[in-house]
Amino acid sequence: MGAGHTHKLYRHGVSRVHRLPAHVKLVAAFCFVLVVVATPREAVWAFGAYAVLLAAVVGAARVPPGFVLVRLVLEVPFVAFAVLLPFVAEGPRTEVLGLWLSESGLWGAWNVLAKGTIGVAASVLLAATTELRALLLGLQRLRMPALLVQIASFMVRYGDVIADELRRMRIARESRGFTARGPRHWGVLARTAGALFIRSYERGERVHLAMVSRGYTGTMPVADRAGTTAAQWSYAAALPLAALAVCLLGWSLV
Amino acid sequence: MHVPDGFIDAPVSLAAGAVAAGAVAVGLRGARHELAERTAPLAGLVAAFVFAVQMLNFPVAAGTSGHLLGGALAAILVGPWTAVLCIAVVLLMQALLFADGGLTALGVNITLMGVVTVAVSYAVFRALLAVLPRGGGGRGGLGAAAFVAAALSVPASALAFTGLYALGGTADVSLTKVATAMVGVHLLIGLGEAAITTATVASVAAVRPDLIHGAQGLRRPLELRTAAVARPGAGGGGGAGAPGADVPVAAAGGGTGPADGPQAPEAPASGRGPRGRSTRRIWAAGAAASLVLAGIVSFYASSDPDGLEKVAGDEGIAKEEKEHALSDSPLADYGVEDVTNTRLSGGLAGVIGVTATLAVGSGVFVVLRRRTGPGQHSDQGSDQGAGGVSAPPPATRQEG
Repeated sequence: MGAGHTHKLYRHGVSRVHRLPAHVKLVAAFCFVLVVVATPREAVWAFGAYAVLLAAVVGAARVPPGFVLVRLVLEVPFVAFAVLLPFVAEGPRTEVLGLWLSESGLWGAWNVLAKGTIGVAASVLLAATTELRALLLGLQRLRMPALLVQIASFMVRYGDVIADELRRMRIARESRGFTARGPRHWGVLARTAGALFIRSYERGERVHLAMVSRGYTGTMPVADRAGTTAAQWSYAAALPLAALAVCLLGWSLV
Repeated sequence: MHVPDGFIDAPVSLAAGAVAAGAVAVGLRGARHELAERTAPLAGLVAAFVFAVQMLNFPVAAGTSGHLLGGALAAILVGPWTAVLCIAVVLLMQALLFADGGLTALGVNITLMGVVTVAVSYAVFRALLAVLPRGGGGRGGLGAAAFVAAALSVPASALAFTGLYALGGTADVSLTKVATAMVGVHLLIGLGEAAITTATVASVAAVRPDLIHGAQGLRRPLELRTAAVARPGAGGGGGAGAPGADVPVAAAGGGTGPADGPQAPEAPASGRGPRGRSTRRIWAAGAAASLVLAGIVSFYASSDPDGLEKVAGDEGIAKEEKEHALSDSPLADYGVEDVTNTRLSGGLAGVIGVTATLAVGSGVFVVLRRRTGPGQHSDQGSDQGAGGVSAPPPATRQEG
């Protein structure tokens, strides 16, 4: 756990967005993405407006724009699918750059690309401004079952440990001259996975015993019970409400 | 693999979210049953395992590689309720921390990759386990059941995606195209997933079979064998009847030491060696799996002509094609004559085909074996023994 109790997308900073309670940010981000998804795809300008809104949040959170853009490029695997759409979709076709493409397919590709990218950007922003622990507490505040929150917190707490175990196994394999080159070597890798499962499960049993011996009764104590002010809610609500206005305008104009 | 935002429209996404929330709620109750108060740490660690194992790359060919999806594996290893929880938590954390899969598509993702995969794989797994022969710890049956369960779970998830797409898809691609592409690709992915899942389950079963939730019914109670242990003093005396009776059998294998005593009753009276038993089991499991695949799974295979036939039909090659000499045989075109239901007929033809292939193959094998059998009887036994002993440990083996 030498990496500190943060995740790779978190970026430490001091800003109003960082200081907002996590559950407020979660609600705001979810509502924003929901509004984006509900926008008609023909309202092209609306997605530009959403991008501007997100850019404003980036500015308010004092996250460098490059940070978000790099994450965007890394986390967008569905571009390939969007590129394929115009070729396989039905309906009337038009000529674009010498290619005979389906009109509705182009719209579909635009739809997936625009909404997906804005969704990823919102998630990246949320993750960049919220600490892991705060995120889990926020989920608990939002009435997610406590057991589920505990499972999630154990997962993130031990995720690095288990991943590190996997890394050590890889180093052990490679130092013995093993390089997996094809399906012939799946057996060895599968045995790695099996060993990893046994180690994880046994570690879980040990962790449980250690916790029981320290008085664990099935619930975790919650340290901070600071309330949320109306000002914080209204500050966070600015993003989804602005998006909702754009969305309604989009529906009325199309 | 993860569905992004904007792929499925808002109402269907929310509905899928409700389904996922319901499934997770049921899973929470069920997991308490499976793990009692150990639920949080154990399920958390298993979720971390699923998360880590998805980072383990399995090279396929020429630089491409795939990774395990883990739904079927988790269901078999820790039980369906815990598995649903683990996958749901993994997906939630991936959406929140790694921006992998959309926030609004979270319900869709949990429904597809958590609920459908786990439900299908665990149902198939338990059903097969109940049918397949057990014994020897049920290893053969366990492997075959895990393979089929994992192989079916992936295309089932793809089919469920097609269903959601039909309800709320935003792209204008015809449903048959989506279904064909999704199920076709995922049948292949499913085979890879099945191979890895089976090997992983087998490797866990070899070390800690008690950890495999899906195989709990297979565990045999500890057996105490006291009769065959030959005490040095008693074995030499003429009074010991039971160990004495076993010695002649062991003598055929060349070992008469008292240490061989306990193994003697299982030793190769029929010239098979200890491995003969496991091959028979593997044979039975393989036969059962292929019968299931041919008879049941082929119901759901595409009824469209396969690639070559389709191209041939499109390009007019088919006109030139001559009817095969056997085209009016009772099994022509993979259907049974006089059975009108096409699926039933296809399934029957599959079963008959598998049975015939097995019969011919086994017949040839038995004939060959008879011919070489008696003369090389003892050599065979020692070869098997030597092979079993001298196989290098996997970690030190250098390949390619």
